[in-house]
Amino acid sequence: MAGPDEPAFADAPTLSDDDAALVEDLLSGSHRALARVITKIENRTPGYRAIVSALHEHTGGADVIGITGSPGAGKSTLVDKLAAAYRDRGDTVGVIAVDPSSPYTGGAVLGDRIRMGSNVGDMDVFFRSMSARGQLGGLSTATADAVKALDAFGKDVVVLETVGAGQNEVDVVRTADTVAVLVQPGSGDDVQTLKAGILEIGDVFVVNKADMDGAQRTVAELEEMVHRREGGTTGRGAGHHGAASMASTGRGDSAAGHGDGHHDGDHAGGSEHGESDAHGAGDSDAHGAGNSDESWTPDVLETVANSGEGVAALIEAFDAHAAYLRESGEIETTQRRRYAAEIRTLVRADVGALATAEIERRGGIERLAERVRDRETDPYAVAEAIVGPIADCVDEAGDGDRDD
Amino acid sequence: MSAEQQERAVRCLVAKVGLDGHDRGAHVIARAFRDAGFEVVYSGLHRAPEDIVQAAVQEDVDVLGISILSGAHNTLIPKVIEGLKEYDAFDDTLVLVGGIIPDEDEADLKEQGVAEVFGPGTPMEETIEFIRNNVPERA
Repeated sequence: MAGPDEPAFADAPTLSDDDAALVEDLLSGSHRALARVITKIENRTPGYRAIVSALHEHTGGADVIGITGSPGAGKSTLVDKLAAAYRDRGDTVGVIAVDPSSPYTGGAVLGDRIRMGSNVGDMDVFFRSMSARGQLGGLSTATADAVKALDAFGKDVVVLETVGAGQNEVDVVRTADTVAVLVQPGSGDDVQTLKAGILEIGDVFVVNKADMDGAQRTVAELEEMVHRREGGTTGRGAGHHGAASMASTGRGDSAAGHGDGHHDGDHAGGSEHGESDAHGAGDSDAHGAGNSDESWTPDVLETVANSGEGVAALIEAFDAHAAYLRESGEIETTQRRRYAAEIRTLVRADVGALATAEIERRGGIERLAERVRDRETDPYAVAEAIVGPIADCVDEAGDGDRDD
Repeated sequence: MSAEQQERAVRCLVAKVGLDGHDRGAHVIARAFRDAGFEVVYSGLHRAPEDIVQAAVQEDVDVLGISILSGAHNTLIPKVIEGLKEYDAFDDTLVLVGGIIPDEDEADLKEQGVAEVFGPGTPMEETIEFIRNNVPERA
């Protein structure tokens, strides 16, 4: 058993010489190096952790925007127009677009790039497709690390695009500062499904294809939902169990473990923002409620991604949210929560890997399952036998005196 | 210390370059590659050589498959290869060409750095096998 011989924070992973050169190249602006670093992150090439570790101190400069929504809602097209608009005002842009991969072959067709028609030939838009590769819960780690690479490279804005299909994807966009949820008109059922988890994560809601029939109705439905969400939660209360408990206890396993399941429950209440009424939709209702100047009410905007209509207003809303995060101090809470989630995910993955190795040593999962089937043993006993030694090591390290 | 599993996948860019609007073949190839377990990025139609280079560099693909049926390969493909070299990406990218390429041009293209040319009627397995055997080793 690989016991934790060193104290917890003593050593950052060490960079190999090649990787150190790669980091150097990335920081000095080599596109090739940036692309290669993201590949290493994706492949989990040995040494990638040291690279991300080395990049961390150079991050924090980018606004990270997550865009999610059902397939066909127009995410990629909107991202393309957003990137072009950011470029027009002089910002450099990084995009990570996540597509599903086949659970059977692992293969994938990553189609988001086709929509990037407004930015072909512009190297200051760095667009990267990633597949979900069956990484169990690791997808959000991989995308968060890729965002760090783009951030460290010096991108002003990083957009993270993903299909809002399940918990994995929700975890991905939650690594962004500002999350936009895209909905297409006439998708009453769509809005229904949004309730289950995705609604809570939106800082901005976008009804795309707003020139289609039913757009107004969808806007109204969303307005109503945003409204209900306001009434449903008690002010900033939900903020507690996210970062607050992490910050105060430093352990936070149980309390924060729940907290991070809910992105920003503290959106409720009023808002100081009135400028984002791109189309005048429901502005007075959405923004009039309450008078706390400390919380954010999601905007509901309309866009036509194909023509670029509403994109400017959307960027305004993103900027407003970024400003809100900074001015209210919410950004610190958000970041703490995000890093807490990252640490937890990594630790779980590593401990899980230790356990997997232990399972292998005991003849593999198949054989263990067969023994359970034969009533020789039971799942709890097997789990105990595998985790026991790991727990012992942790106890030992904690006590400082060895008594086994 | 990390017992983490590597998850390596072969990444391919299937590219259409120039004024050539026939992409059925490219679609079929993209799909076959996907089913072979590769990750496939499709460029879309009518891309300029520099667009292809941008995509290949940013996506960090192992394989660049250029489909070309217009006869402009002698003009366009050298530009793509030049661009890859400019970004230091040529050495570890396997460049393949598919489409209608006369035999006498094939030798020229290979001279310039195209690894293989696949004409009409090439069995899909052959192309996939070629990629599996020739995909560049990377650190």
